[in-house]
Amino acid sequence: MSFINYASREINCKIVYYGPGLCGKTTNLQFVYQKTAPEARGKMISLATETERTLFFDFLPLSLGEIRGFKTRFHLYTVPGQVFYDASRKLILKGVDGVVFVADSQEERIDANIESLENLRINLKEQGYDLDKLPYIIQYNKRDLPGVMSVDELRQELNPTNVPEFEACATSGEGVFETLKSVAKLILIDLKKGK
Amino acid sequence: MSNPQMVMYDEEFQEINEVIGRLLKEANAKVIFLVDKNGQLISGVGETERFDTTSLASLTAGNIAATGGLAKLIGEKEFSILFHEGEKDNLHISIVGGRVILVVLFDNRSSLGLVRLRVKKSSDELSAIFSGLMKKAEEREKRGTSDFPFAEITDDDIDNLFS
Repeated sequence: MSFINYASREINCKIVYYGPGLCGKTTNLQFVYQKTAPEARGKMISLATETERTLFFDFLPLSLGEIRGFKTRFHLYTVPGQVFYDASRKLILKGVDGVVFVADSQEERIDANIESLENLRINLKEQGYDLDKLPYIIQYNKRDLPGVMSVDELRQELNPTNVPEFEACATSGEGVFETLKSVAKLILIDLKKGK
Repeated sequence: MSNPQMVMYDEEFQEINEVIGRLLKEANAKVIFLVDKNGQLISGVGETERFDTTSLASLTAGNIAATGGLAKLIGEKEFSILFHEGEKDNLHISIVGGRVILVVLFDNRSSLGLVRLRVKKSSDELSAIFSGLMKKAEEREKRGTSDFPFAEITDDDIDNLFS
């Protein structure tokens, strides 16, 4: 649910990066942070454990520029991926405008991907959202690793509805901005249609 | 979408700033913020330039969401007031009208009792403004009057953002 402020001429939208533990959600945000001009980004906040596992969320505010005199801001959030943090994940989905599902391309993580995707659908439903109606992108991450599944196989398991998908390697940054731009664009198109 | 869009108009923005500006003085506070429950900053008065307001808004909303989750676990609807005491500065966080979060930052020039008292009074005023705002947005939507700035945007406008 975007927030439109006519008084300060701003539009704020919320993007959530979802996915199983260690799939690279935080790494996506870190890369965006590193590669964005300081004037276009705010501080990145990570609420993480001592071992750098996300405990509650990561947060990165981005300011993209103006459309028709309105400052367009995107707030990027990640959820904690580990299964037992489900209560926290639900909270972060509140007011979401667009979702990026970060899948781990390694073969041994396919079950974790499927479980996380189901969990996303259920948690969205609890908040009154339908994943099929939200701006939604899939990113197949860790393409650089040996022994990854083919994109065709991943698509079959994770993307039956054929939403936009990107191959990525979040550590080197490949595919990271393509993913972000794509979901931001879907959100703006949705805003345009919706009102 | 399940929730109505949060919209803020000039008129209400002024009214809100008046109320929190007055609260700032009456409560002897340093800064006051209003934050949407989804973590979007609505407005702030006082020494706002000293703080990273965007991060503050997001963390406050996360804080309220987390304590709200705790409340539900023990059978409460929500915890409507949170208080964080620091060595010098303190935070008084409260939910206004079920939807908006009021954050008051104050030091030893004020006191918790004073802040609580003044917040209570201002909350009623803010609550009334926000429910008026919701009604207005709903009515506009019903009438189909779209002053929505994005209705007219083109694909080029969107592409330009990313160039």
